[in-house]
Amino acid sequence: MTRLERYEEVVGKNKIEELKLIAKYLKGKTIQHINSTAKGGGVAEILQRILPLLQELGINAQWDVIKGRQDFYDVTKSFHNALHGKKVKITKKMYETFDEVSCDNIEHMNLYGDIMFIHDPQPIELIKRKKDLKNSKWIWRCHVDVSQPDKKVWGFLERSMNQYDAAIFSSAQFSHSMKTKQVLICPSIDPFSDKNREVTQKEIDTVLNKYKIDPGAKPIICQISRYDALKDPVGVIKAYKLVKKYIDCQLLLVGNRAADDPETDKIYKQVKEAAGNDPDVHALLVEDIPYEINVFARVSSVIVQKSIREGFALTVSEALWKGKPVVASAVGGIPLQITHKYGGLLCHSIEGCAFAIKQLLNAPEYAKKLGENGKEHVRQNFLLTRHLREYMLLFLSLYSKEDVVSL
Amino acid sequence: MAKTKQKKYDKTFRFCTRLHLRILTGLKAHNIQEFLGLLKKVPGSAIYFHTHHHLQQHEYLSPEPPNDFAHWITSSLGDPALGERLASIDTIEHSTIRSLRNNIIKTIEEYIKENKATKDRFTSPNRAFHFIKCVSFVIPTPYVAKDLRSFLGILNKITADSLYFHLFEARLRLNKGGNDFSWWLESSLLEGDLAEKVKALDPYTYTMEKLRMKIIGLVKERIKK
Repeated sequence: MTRLERYEEVVGKNKIEELKLIAKYLKGKTIQHINSTAKGGGVAEILQRILPLLQELGINAQWDVIKGRQDFYDVTKSFHNALHGKKVKITKKMYETFDEVSCDNIEHMNLYGDIMFIHDPQPIELIKRKKDLKNSKWIWRCHVDVSQPDKKVWGFLERSMNQYDAAIFSSAQFSHSMKTKQVLICPSIDPFSDKNREVTQKEIDTVLNKYKIDPGAKPIICQISRYDALKDPVGVIKAYKLVKKYIDCQLLLVGNRAADDPETDKIYKQVKEAAGNDPDVHALLVEDIPYEINVFARVSSVIVQKSIREGFALTVSEALWKGKPVVASAVGGIPLQITHKYGGLLCHSIEGCAFAIKQLLNAPEYAKKLGENGKEHVRQNFLLTRHLREYMLLFLSLYSKEDVVSL
Repeated sequence: MAKTKQKKYDKTFRFCTRLHLRILTGLKAHNIQEFLGLLKKVPGSAIYFHTHHHLQQHEYLSPEPPNDFAHWITSSLGDPALGERLASIDTIEHSTIRSLRNNIIKTIEEYIKENKATKDRFTSPNRAFHFIKCVSFVIPTPYVAKDLRSFLGILNKITADSLYFHLFEARLRLNKGGNDFSWWLESSLLEGDLAEKVKALDPYTYTMEKLRMKIIGLVKERIKK
C-alpha cells in the first residue's frame, strides 16, 4: 500500500483523487525547501511527513538545510522570542552576526528550485539569490506567532519578506499590512504519527501501569502541555477544584521538559504546590514519548487546553482527532479548531473552564456529540492531506494573478 | 467552467471541483466604523469567503454556523441584535456578491442609526476582525454524466467541494441564476420539472451531505416514474 492509499482510509478516496488532480498541474516542478535543521522541532517534523507525499504525487520536492554556527543560532533564538513579543535586547553585533552567516549561505548554497520554499527567519536572506534563478518563485513560511512582534526585529526581517512572492502564516491574527501576498495555511496533524494513531490495549495497559493511572476509578480531566505559565496549568488545577466540589473526578497534567525552557521547574513546583495533597491530581513530568501522550488522551473523559496565549495549539486537534470532548481557551488558533458548542467548548476564565467541564461530565451524550463533531472538523480541516492540498494550490497561485483560476 | 468549454452540441455534464486558497488581506477592524469602512472596500472574494466558508468547512454541522460577520459582531463586538440581523440575511436572494455586500452594509447602517451606542463598542486587538479573501481554483474532474442514471451514480462519488462548486459558486460568485445542475437538467435533458425542484432547494439550510442526499432523492424519484 502506498502512503497516499493509507490516507484514503481516513479522508476518503475522492480527497486523494483531488490531490492527484492538482498535482498533475505541477508535474516537472522542483520545490526546494530550506530550513535551519534536519532534526528536531515542528518544521523538520512536518517536512519529513509532507515531502514523501509530494514525491509520490510526482512533484520533485527536495529539502536542504542552511549552515550555521552557535552564535548565529543564539541570535535567531532571540529573534524568535522577539517575534513572539517577548522583550529581548538585540544588539548591532547580533544583526551583524545574522547578516554574516546569511551571506555565507547566500554565497555557497546550491539553490535549484523552480519554487523556493524558505522556512522561518534563519534562511530568510537567501531571497537575495532570487535574481540568479530565472523565473523562480519564492515562498517564505512563517511558523511563529507574529501577532505582536518586536517592531525592530520585524522591520529588519520585513526587508527580506517583501521580496518574496508569497508569505504563509498560520493564523489571520499573524497577518500584517505588507507588500507581499499573505496566505493563510494552518498547520496539521498526521493521523498515522505515534501521537495520533490508534493504540493497542497492551500499549494502554503498559502506560497506565507505568504511571499508576486508573481511568476506571473516576473520570479523568486532562491537559497535555509543557509546564509553561502561558499554558496555565495552575489555572487548570483551580478549575478542577471547582468541578470536584460537585463531581468526583481526577486531574491528569502531562508535560515534558523542553530543553530550551528554563522555566519548567519553576512552573512545575507551582503546580505541585497548587495540587497540595490531593491524591486525585496526577501532575506528570514525562519524557516526550509520543505514544504515551496518545494513551493519556485516549483514556481521558475531557481534555482541556486552558492556555493564556497560543500560537496555534495543535494539541487541540490532536485531542479532537481522538473523538474527545475538549474545553479550551478562545486564544490563538484555538477558535479555528473549535466552533463553540458544535465541536467543543471555548472558555475565557477559570470559572468558565470549570463550568464547561461540569457540563460535559454531566451530559455524556452531549460530550460524545461534541467529540464526534470535533473529530469530523479535524478530518476536514486539520489533517496532513489538507495541508498538502493548500501547499499545492499555493504553488499554482504563484503563476496566476486572478481570483478565479480555471485549470 | 467546464460547461462553457464543452462543444456546442455536447449534452454531457462534466463535474468540476473548486478549491480555495485563503489570502490574508492584512486589513482588520476593531469597531463597527472600521468594519463598515473595510466592508465597502475589500474585494468581492472577501465578502464571498466570509459568507460562505462555514458551509464548506463545517459541512457536517446542522444547522450551519452563521456567517463570519454575524459571528464577530455577536461574540467579539458584543452586539447580538445586530449579529442576528446579519445572520438572518437571506443569502439565496442575492444572485451577485455586490448585491449581498450592499445588503450587509445597508443592514449595519440602518442598525447604527437606530442604535447609536453600537458605535462605541470596540474589541481588544486580539479579537479584531481580519478580512480574508480567497483564490478559487476550478478543476475539471474525470466524471462526466450523459443521462440521469450516470448523473445519479456520479452524485454519490464526487467530493463535497465539487457539489459546492456546482451549487454555490456557479450561482453566486459567477453571477449565474439557478445552479449548474438545474441548468443542465433543463437545457440538455429537457427535465424541466426536476430542474425546477433542484433550483428551488435553498442550499443554505442544508449541510453539504444532506444536500447531496436531497438531490439524489429527487433524481431517483424522477427515474422511478
